[in-house]
Amino acid sequence: MVDTTPATAVQHADPAATPRLHDVELTINGQTHHLSIEPNVVLLDALRERLGLTGAKKGCDHGQCGACTVLVDGRSMNSCLMLASMADGCDITTVEGLAKPDGTLHPVQQAFLEHDAYQCGYCTAGQMMSATAILNDPSIERTDASIKDAMSGNICRCGAYKNIHDAIKTADARLNGGE
Amino acid sequence: MRKLIPAPAPLPSDAATRHSAPHDSAVAHVTGRAIYVDDLPAHARMGYLAVGLSPHAHARLDGLTLDAVRQSPGVIDVITAADIPGRNEVGAVYPGDPLLAERELRYAGQPVFAVVATDLVSARRAVDKAVIHATPLPASLDAVEAIAQGLTVLPVHHHERATPLDRGSAMKNNTQTREAPGEAPAASHCVSGTLSIGGQEHFYLEGQIAQAEALDDDGIRILTSSQHPSEVQKLVAEVLDRPLHSIVAEVRRMGGGFGGKESQAAALGAMAALAAARNHCTVRFRLPRRDDMLMTGKRHPFETHYEVTTDDRGILRDTTISLIGNCGHSPDLSEGVVDRAMFHADNAYYLGNARVTGHRAMTHTASNTAFRGFGGPQGMMPIEAAMDDIARRLGLDPLDVRKRNLYTDQKDETHYGQRLDQHLIGPLIDQLEKQSDYRHRRQAITAFNQENPIIKRGLALTPVKFGISFTAQHLNQAGALLAIYTDGSVLINHGGTEMGQGLHTKVCQIVARVFDIPLGRVRISATRTDKVPNTSPTAASSGADLNGMAARDAALTLRARLLDLAAEQYRQPRDSLTFSDGQLIADGWSMPWEALIQAAYLKRVPLSATGFYSTPTIHYDKTTGKGHPFFYYAYGAAVSEVEIDTLTGEHRLRRVDILHDVGDSLNPAIDRGQIEGGFIQGAGWLTTEELKWDDKGTLLTTGPATYKIPAYSDTPPVFNVALLEGHPCSQATIYRSKAVGEPPFMLALSVWSALRDALSSLTNYTTSPALDVPATPERILLAVEAIKSASTPAACPEGADHG
Ligand code: FES
Ligand code: FES
Repeated sequence: MVDTTPATAVQHADPAATPRLHDVELTINGQTHHLSIEPNVVLLDALRERLGLTGAKKGCDHGQCGACTVLVDGRSMNSCLMLASMADGCDITTVEGLAKPDGTLHPVQQAFLEHDAYQCGYCTAGQMMSATAILNDPSIERTDASIKDAMSGNICRCGAYKNIHDAIKTADARLNGGE
Repeated sequence: MRKLIPAPAPLPSDAATRHSAPHDSAVAHVTGRAIYVDDLPAHARMGYLAVGLSPHAHARLDGLTLDAVRQSPGVIDVITAADIPGRNEVGAVYPGDPLLAERELRYAGQPVFAVVATDLVSARRAVDKAVIHATPLPASLDAVEAIAQGLTVLPVHHHERATPLDRGSAMKNNTQTREAPGEAPAASHCVSGTLSIGGQEHFYLEGQIAQAEALDDDGIRILTSSQHPSEVQKLVAEVLDRPLHSIVAEVRRMGGGFGGKESQAAALGAMAALAAARNHCTVRFRLPRRDDMLMTGKRHPFETHYEVTTDDRGILRDTTISLIGNCGHSPDLSEGVVDRAMFHADNAYYLGNARVTGHRAMTHTASNTAFRGFGGPQGMMPIEAAMDDIARRLGLDPLDVRKRNLYTDQKDETHYGQRLDQHLIGPLIDQLEKQSDYRHRRQAITAFNQENPIIKRGLALTPVKFGISFTAQHLNQAGALLAIYTDGSVLINHGGTEMGQGLHTKVCQIVARVFDIPLGRVRISATRTDKVPNTSPTAASSGADLNGMAARDAALTLRARLLDLAAEQYRQPRDSLTFSDGQLIADGWSMPWEALIQAAYLKRVPLSATGFYSTPTIHYDKTTGKGHPFFYYAYGAAVSEVEIDTLTGEHRLRRVDILHDVGDSLNPAIDRGQIEGGFIQGAGWLTTEELKWDDKGTLLTTGPATYKIPAYSDTPPVFNVALLEGHPCSQATIYRSKAVGEPPFMLALSVWSALRDALSSLTNYTTSPALDVPATPERILLAVEAIKSASTPAACPEGADHG
């Protein structure tokens, strides 16, 4: 039998046993949620399936594509690699929470819009979340090379990298007065 | 309606910016609101589907033990081939692709049975509990061997031109004669080689997915990530044995397709529909990435051989090219793919006497399928390899050899008999050569290579000439449905699908242009087979060409009705009326669009229309291998500069300059994005994307950890992309634009040629090192080692090299 390891959960020794539910508190886009979840549920599935926040995408489910990137306490994380219970008590931002409540786009969103920094759009949320984390991180140099390095975990099969890069530079200029 | 909606105030004019309109889903994409199939809210009673895959490349299927699967928690249904009420077949053109395997397993990864469960984890866990009883059989795993043994999915095909049609010299000198075989003139050079070309995984970031819903009237609605909803509809109907009108397939958008969702999406739609019909519920079927890579077809790997003779100037006299496409276990779209490879064996060059042969090898692997370029990229590679080889043999710059062999108005007929009507490629290359500073950089690179023993640089300019039209003639048709509502808002629907290429944006622009109304008045809805029936796949780069024309046709019908109304109602001479910036105007008279529409409604003018388009002039005769299969050609050229490390084989793309022909662009920003993205994807295929199978025929590269597609940092630091200006399409295409989806992919051949140039510098440009594709660091290192251990050029057969 070809191995078809379940992608959404770690395999149990005894799959028939119902695992104990965990209570977790997640602050997502400024709103606090209390969830009772199986301990093996990954954050991406909790966001998408439990909370209906489908902006973060499942591109590979293996921490290799970046489509599922969200901010956890300000740091970019592949939400497919993190258990929801590990994020207990954390402050999470998803693409849905980037814009202001009145709908004003975040400078990164605005720059992506202006530069057509997407084609099919499937990687876009992840790209923007990584970009946001980078632009908030003073330890990352604002050179082309270090932005490229820092963004290297986000793949875009449509190859929209040039426009994504231009968008990040524009957003940097607006947020940080970068060149 | 009894009372009309108040006519809204006209929108501000967007006449100046409409040309570069952003993507129709731009705001949805940046806010995360754009919905893909997997983002749809779950239904209350929803089933999730998973499939069990064949572990064998080739085996007799003796039986399945599925009791443990049935008893697994959460399982609703288990489905095997015996449960299919209609045909167990989802082949796109020819039979050979069963929905579920029956009696025989034909590749490792072939779906054998399906499980429906209350949640995805339960479905996938249950799959693991199956026992597949099978007796392994000998497997065909090598395309060249397959051809030697006569294992093919379809017959061989030839293009042959026995008499050179050098009309230029024939006119100047009508005593010109052909040399009889064996009497080659004194100055004749022969070059030959073998080139192995790898396949490519689509790796659309949104994996294959479909959701099927059983409707209350025995109907089925399928939400699919497919480039070809009409085919999903048809195959579902056949599998379920129901009429087509009871099945609706719908596509809002795809997270990438690239050809991988042209035929391959149908199996998912059919599987989900079968499960939904059996259980009267909604079923979602998403393939995990690993299963997706195992189960679905990829770009065809090709094994190629070329042999050319040239004169002293490097101009082709005779060209023989053999192309073996590795089709996998079934025909799928391989007829068209190998045909297109053959049609592009000339790339942009006049081949002289030509013989091009296309073989379709059967191997026990996933059935290879459409992928951006559809065989064209593989077909172009042998002649590009030959161009480099000729240059080394004659001590010329490869660019000069390429330029000397381009089609001209004197030599304008392809090896399959189509005449070129637009001679753009020569001037385009001249312009790019200047813009990219090719000659100076060539000198600088040669000097750099003399001074640097370890790091070597390479430079190459390669052209692209790509034929536009489906090679299957009947597919060159499209339909559209246009509705205008009483507030003046317009809804367009057409048969094309949106996968990121900006098709919907272009179609909205076309409709707005016919009425000259702001783009904000035009909206597009999901592609649905119950709105526009019998559509063609969104493929062959033809999306905007075909559907744009159909949308325009519908808009012109309504435009004519509105003009008739205004002429009659407001007594304006009909030919003085024009639509201009949100108004209908005539001499000293005008009426806002919105008011005109309300008047038309009250006068009972029908405000909806269908549109249709079929491409004129194309034909091809398969028995003679001659015809006019393409409506027109799109052209382009690229200059790539690379750097290799001769100790590790690692390489880097330093700079890329592209000049590309899109006729009169419908949307320059979208077109530029397609060119950049196509180039990057092509460069990935040629350098980093390597598919590996084990010796039993099981794919080993089943995820991004082992299969490397271009990353952010693989973008060249200097990447200049320009559209060729001032050359509208010579054919009456939609506003004289040209297709742009596929042609730029092949611009990346310049990267591979530049790598060969860097390798050639190791022998001071006296040899032309073979470099199979993908040119991974490993292959480059092996090429370096081969050069170091022996640098004598390969001898030519028959001792034809008398130069
Ligand atoms: S889905 Fe998480 S990295 Fe790909
Ligand atoms: S826009 Fe399609 S994957 Fe990035």
